[in-house]
Amino acid sequence: MADFVITAQSQEKAGNLIVNALIKAGVKTALLIDSAGNVLANCGHEQQQIDIDAISLAALAAASLAATSQIAKLIGEDDFSLLFHKGKSGNIHFGRVGDELILITIFGDDVSLGLIRCRVAELADSLHNIFEG
Amino acid sequence: MALIDLSKKEVHCKVVFYGPGRCGKTTNLLYIHKAMDEKDRGKMLTIDTKGDRTLFFDLLPLNLGKISGFDIRIQLYTVPGQVMYEATRRLVLKGVDGLVYVADPLKVRQERNIEGLEDLRRNLEKHNLDMLKMPVVLQYNKRDLCDTPVPTLTVAELEHDLNQELKTSYYEAVATTGIGVFETLTEITKKTVRYVAEKHLLTRV
Repeated sequence: MADFVITAQSQEKAGNLIVNALIKAGVKTALLIDSAGNVLANCGHEQQQIDIDAISLAALAAASLAATSQIAKLIGEDDFSLLFHKGKSGNIHFGRVGDELILITIFGDDVSLGLIRCRVAELADSLHNIFEG
Repeated sequence: MALIDLSKKEVHCKVVFYGPGRCGKTTNLLYIHKAMDEKDRGKMLTIDTKGDRTLFFDLLPLNLGKISGFDIRIQLYTVPGQVMYEATRRLVLKGVDGLVYVADPLKVRQERNIEGLEDLRRNLEKHNLDMLKMPVVLQYNKRDLCDTPVPTLTVAELEHDLNQELKTSYYEAVATTGIGVFETLTEITKKTVRYVAEKHLLTRV
């Protein structure tokens, strides 16, 4: 696993893609993290004044997806590419971006899960090219 | 795996406290959390478990000031020490940049200390990492027990068991009262930052 070096250019590019595809579609917060739990991009919550502990969220999300990946292996799958939790008013979606990155999306009931899945799938290739391509 | 953010001028490193069950890994983090100024540390994250064993991991993010204009941010993790949680330890080791191996001084735990270090070597190999090439610091914890009738290992015995191959620095500690905790932290952060910086030729620290 190589170290990640983020430049201002790659961060801006990734940030713009995430804002256009997700935040403008009504997503509250989108975090791009690596599988070691580092935050690469954090979009959305500043505008909407939601206080999110991004460091803890990233560490738990990375651990949760890693644990899920082990569950996949136990049932003969290579991996599960996404994970979704539904809350009373907030929901969270985790999608893999390439082998090393994870896109976390937090959204309310006003946004459909289908839209999130489509947008995350579309974004995954572009984000992968920016950081791992 | 370090994260170097050139736009914010930040370097993020991951340091994992490893060691056999009940050796005091979480106690180290709790002491650091208690002793450090709030502005220099983030929230300590502990996954709630029944009893006092760590089931998955603990996390404590720290800000350690600037080196060559870069803000140094360290994330301290612990792993569950019990033998059966090997898969969990392997997950937490993903992307690790530096390691503290905490050893238990009780004579009855001598084998566990050695097994734990072997387990660490094995799990690092699964991430294509070589323990001997990584920043590692040993901490001989619970040294206060040496003054009690409980049979304990001497530093020479611990060095013989754990440090023959590593040949790294070690610190005697009493994590409950903080003795040796910051000495260990300072040494591992220095080694880790130097390791990451030299790898990327950012600077000679």
